[in-house]
Amino acid sequence: MNMNMQRMIFALALAGSLVAIAAPASAEDQVSPPRQKWSFAGPFGKFDEAQLQRGYKIYREVCSNCHSMEMLTFGNLADAGGPGFSEGQAEAVASEYKIKDLDGNGEPTDRPGRLADHFPSPFANELAAKAANGGTAPPDMSTLAKARSYSRGFPWFVFDAFTQYQEQGPDYIAAILNGYVDPPKDFKLPEGGHYNEYFPGHTIAMPPPLQAGQVTFDDGSPQTMQQYSKDVAAFLMWAAEPKLVQRKRTGFQVMIFLIVLTGLLYFTKKKVWSAVH
Amino acid sequence: MSGPSTYQPTNRAMQWFEKRLPIGGLIHSSFVAYPTPRNLNYWWTFGGILSFMLGVQIITGVVLAMHYTPHIDLAFKSVEAIMRDVNYGWLLRYLHANGAAMFFLAVYIHMFRGLYYGSYKEPREVLWILGVIIYLLMMATGFMGYVLVWGQMSFWAATVITNLFSAIPGVGDTIVTWLWGGYAVGNPTLNRFYSLHYLLPFVIAGVVVLHVWALHVAGQNNPTGIDPKSDKDTVPFTPYATMKDAFGLACFLIFFAWFVFYIPNYLGHADNYIPANPAVTPPEIVPEWYYLPFYAILRSIPNKLLGVCALFGSIGILAFLPWLDTSRVKSGRYRPLFRQFFWLFVIACVGLGWLGTKQPEGIYVILARILTFYYFAFFLIVLPLLGIFEKTKPLPNSISESVLGAKA
Repeated sequence: MNMNMQRMIFALALAGSLVAIAAPASAEDQVSPPRQKWSFAGPFGKFDEAQLQRGYKIYREVCSNCHSMEMLTFGNLADAGGPGFSEGQAEAVASEYKIKDLDGNGEPTDRPGRLADHFPSPFANELAAKAANGGTAPPDMSTLAKARSYSRGFPWFVFDAFTQYQEQGPDYIAAILNGYVDPPKDFKLPEGGHYNEYFPGHTIAMPPPLQAGQVTFDDGSPQTMQQYSKDVAAFLMWAAEPKLVQRKRTGFQVMIFLIVLTGLLYFTKKKVWSAVH
Repeated sequence: MSGPSTYQPTNRAMQWFEKRLPIGGLIHSSFVAYPTPRNLNYWWTFGGILSFMLGVQIITGVVLAMHYTPHIDLAFKSVEAIMRDVNYGWLLRYLHANGAAMFFLAVYIHMFRGLYYGSYKEPREVLWILGVIIYLLMMATGFMGYVLVWGQMSFWAATVITNLFSAIPGVGDTIVTWLWGGYAVGNPTLNRFYSLHYLLPFVIAGVVVLHVWALHVAGQNNPTGIDPKSDKDTVPFTPYATMKDAFGLACFLIFFAWFVFYIPNYLGHADNYIPANPAVTPPEIVPEWYYLPFYAILRSIPNKLLGVCALFGSIGILAFLPWLDTSRVKSGRYRPLFRQFFWLFVIACVGLGWLGTKQPEGIYVILARILTFYYFAFFLIVLPLLGIFEKTKPLPNSISESVLGAKA
């Protein structure tokens, strides 16, 4: 009876796992974006200053016409682990912006930006942003690279914990920028929508924002869509996680400390217990 | 906490103090001289790990509270300000967010260990029930903490979970309005969640003291499930258990640090980096991973009231475990059939967790119903019957015999 019961339980467990594997993929209509190589991936990852500067240039000349980035200050451009602007360069950037403020008499005024100012929104308020963009306000870009992702599915999400794959957001953003293709013949595109291969459901409100050659790079990097999309995605990752470099560097120090501590504790424990084993 | 203290301070000042408040003796008898079974394995180190994690959560939480603003217009921004402008704010927040996940991981291991070795059985029923109360408080605290971020998933999780109470017949809607402090999840909701999120960890700490007290009265269970009979069966807490716990904790911290420093957002949901927006419902609303099995149980039942009953019942049933398990043998080590049903139960819990991430449609609903049935059947059918029909293996005569073999 015992053996029979064992077999039955085993068979049940096996059947359960087979059904689980055969279950259909989730109904989400999302194409996985291609994996890119990022300088900031992995345990020793760092942002590439030149790439962040190019990405900022794209943000400044293209994205910022519609997208705010209100969590960041101009001073952040000169922070360690970022695009590597000097303080003077960041100040120069700030002074190009007009910031709404009050003057000494309490009258509304536009003054040039300072390092401590946040990047101003391109629209006066959310309703204005909606009205100017066909009813959908363009999302703020401060946390965008962490707010976008795609489902990795089993078993890949398990491996991701070991390989430290945390770049779903920038991969997705780069893919979206390259994902504007002609819709399949049977696809009904709603009015005001644009077809995008990588957008969930494929209908995105944002028109193709970038074209090859649109932004001039001073460092000789290719002015292609591939390059643009990667650079701006990297910049957005920095905007969303400006302490990434500091985090990974601290993490390495903490890991070394913990591993040495664990080793010492292991041998101490062994010595203490040797008397009673 | 375990008999009269043998603590004799040699220092004059300590002797003076000890006569007036014998706290040194209390600590000495509880954490130094306290006899622990010599055969405890590393599954027993999670009690210490949990105490440590509670400390981590309270300390990081108190500092985060200094920088956080509980207002619907400012909460998300203040969290981002912590990440960007507060010195080591990113570290505090990632420690706290991932610390909650580690806390739950540790508590699940702790609970499964108790289940496997029959740690809830006489004389440890009260100890076990106190643990169930701690777990319930943890769930409430964790949920409210997640809401404080005030991202999209925070907001919609708050909406879904508070709406569960609307299933109560007659007074449900009134209760939900009362919980919200308004007619929708809003600023009053956020404020009271913040207040309670700060309060409950200290309630947890209080119940943990009772939990440890009850543990020290009944004594620790051990992998054989039989009581220590002589001094040969136990070793003093310090240095033996302290060193083992310290090593176990250090290993756990490496695991914890991996998440904090290298994959801090792995366990989170990307949508929670979008500020809360009551006008936009996310395509999928999923709780944090540690609630997923219960979410699957809730959604596997088509009737809302019954679903909510199943959800709370699935946790409440744990409190009755000491009386549902009728077997006189404690440890799963000597219960061959129980062992298999136990591992099936673990698989069912993990399976329910996976199903909690899936839309409740088609095959997923059927699977969730099968696993939900097994979850309850394990407690209500399997455990009561096993005690009657299972042929258990012979128990060793003593703990030292099981460790050292017949030569002892």
